Amino acid sequence: MVYLWSVLSFASLSMALAGLLIVSERLLISYGICKLDINAGKKPLELEGGQTLLASLYANEIFIPSACGGKGSCGHCKITVTSGGGPVLPTETPYLSRKEIRSNMRLACQVKVREDIYVRIPEELLDVRMFVSSVESTRELTHDIKEIMLRLNDPAEIEHLPGQYVQVQAPSPDGPVFRAYSISSPAYEPNIVELVIKLIPGGIGSTYLHNLKVGEEVVFTGPYGEFHLSEDPNIEIICVGGGCGMAPMKNIIYTLHDRWPERSCWLFFGCRTTEDIFYLEQFKELEKKHPNFHVLYALSDALDPDEKWDGETGFIHLAVDKHLEAGVPRQAFLCGPPPMIEAVTRALEEKGIKSEDIFYDEF
Amino acid sequence: MNDTSAFIIVIAAILTNNILLTNFLGMCSFIACSGQIRTALGLGTAVTFVMTMTTMLNYVILHFVLIPLGLEHLKFIIFIAVIAGFVQFVEMFVERFSPKLYFALGIFLPLITVNCAILGASLFMEIRKYTFAQSVGFGFGAGVGWAVAIILMAGLRQKMRYSNVPEPFQGVPIAMIVTCVLAMAFMGFAGMVSIQ
Repeated sequence: MVYLWSVLSFASLSMALAGLLIVSERLLISYGICKLDINAGKKPLELEGGQTLLASLYANEIFIPSACGGKGSCGHCKITVTSGGGPVLPTETPYLSRKEIRSNMRLACQVKVREDIYVRIPEELLDVRMFVSSVESTRELTHDIKEIMLRLNDPAEIEHLPGQYVQVQAPSPDGPVFRAYSISSPAYEPNIVELVIKLIPGGIGSTYLHNLKVGEEVVFTGPYGEFHLSEDPNIEIICVGGGCGMAPMKNIIYTLHDRWPERSCWLFFGCRTTEDIFYLEQFKELEKKHPNFHVLYALSDALDPDEKWDGETGFIHLAVDKHLEAGVPRQAFLCGPPPMIEAVTRALEEKGIKSEDIFYDEF
Repeated sequence: MNDTSAFIIVIAAILTNNILLTNFLGMCSFIACSGQIRTALGLGTAVTFVMTMTTMLNYVILHFVLIPLGLEHLKFIIFIAVIAGFVQFVEMFVERFSPKLYFALGIFLPLITVNCAILGASLFMEIRKYTFAQSVGFGFGAGVGWAVAIILMAGLRQKMRYSNVPEPFQGVPIAMIVTCVLAMAFMGFAGMVSIQ
């Protein structure tokens, strides 16, 4: 009996406290209408205070990149708050450098809108929109990499640059989260967005995308990313990728040859075994059409006795080192695991490419 | 039953039985938040308020729910739950009406929940068998006593910034030594009143 009373009285007390807190939250956390000013008068908004800056911007269709869903654990939603954000909170300091703190950089998910607030957001983020699309087709490229083609429904077209990415909204037990994926379809196909996704065991985004069926609805925001392809056709483009780092490369290569069929371009792609190879035939075809395009795949693991392979072997930076001549003006785009990026960057710098012409995306 | 008057209890809780300087409860926030008088004043006020209110609430719950039902063994968990809920409420209140104080207190406001002085006050109330008026007096007095101690300390630490403290003693060590001297000074009040 005493156990029952213990449990009952503790439970009812907890519920009474929770109820009290909910009521007082309703009554206390109302800040009235606050002004939100973006880029000095460019886009003045008025909104109900009390929400986080990230949620308030999101409600007004300004999509700041964020992967964790506003929990302050990814540090992606950095924006400049010129006034009205209050002091930097202890939850933000791990993600901000001293220089960023000095220039009023804040995490949008931690700043609460309590008063009139003035923020600066990069112009390209103001062009980011939310897209509703449906799955047109899915294709298994390797045992763990899938190609997913999304047809845009609303709005029906996306304007993006090669190398840019989108943030796909994936459901999770704690509400929707966003995961970033590069667009692999070329920029001249504005009605579709193709993604190349590697399944990460336990990953929220990749599991969701891998289980999608044709016809299902997918919501994403985009495009994001600052990589800009050089407009000078004499500059050679070097793409180096590994694993699902193929996605931005495919976009860059197809977009590039659509605009400049004669432009020189190299694709180096690192795989472990022959099982990891995908898109090779497609690129061989392209190589035949465009004489200045060169594609090289390299296998880093030893071959099985019954396998045949006439391409490169060893890590991909060795192939980069072997095939590129020094002294040609180039722009490079790397996408893959950090050790690969590091090794390839070193190899490219030895060939005389300046570090500001090397763009990379680590994962 | 304890027959000391509530007024005597208030005085005693501030001076002779200061919860911080004689019982050494609530030391963590005392050391961490005593850098500036303004912050100390804010935290002291918050602790006083929370301590008075939680002692009152806990008295009501102890005497009208737990004792009649024979559930005194639940007192620790229930006292803590009441304190936690109440601190949440105070946090919302401070955030709404004094954002400056909210940011000045920072992480220490929610940490009042685990300030042992607050739970200590509720437990002393139970051990010393106070009546309702005495409990409220004790809660208030203990809170004021804690606030007095932290404000004195903040004043001393502000002064100490300009004094020549030997290197190994800088920071927390000298703060502990000063606390010790303060506690000894408060022992001078010992003969005045007593509430054991």
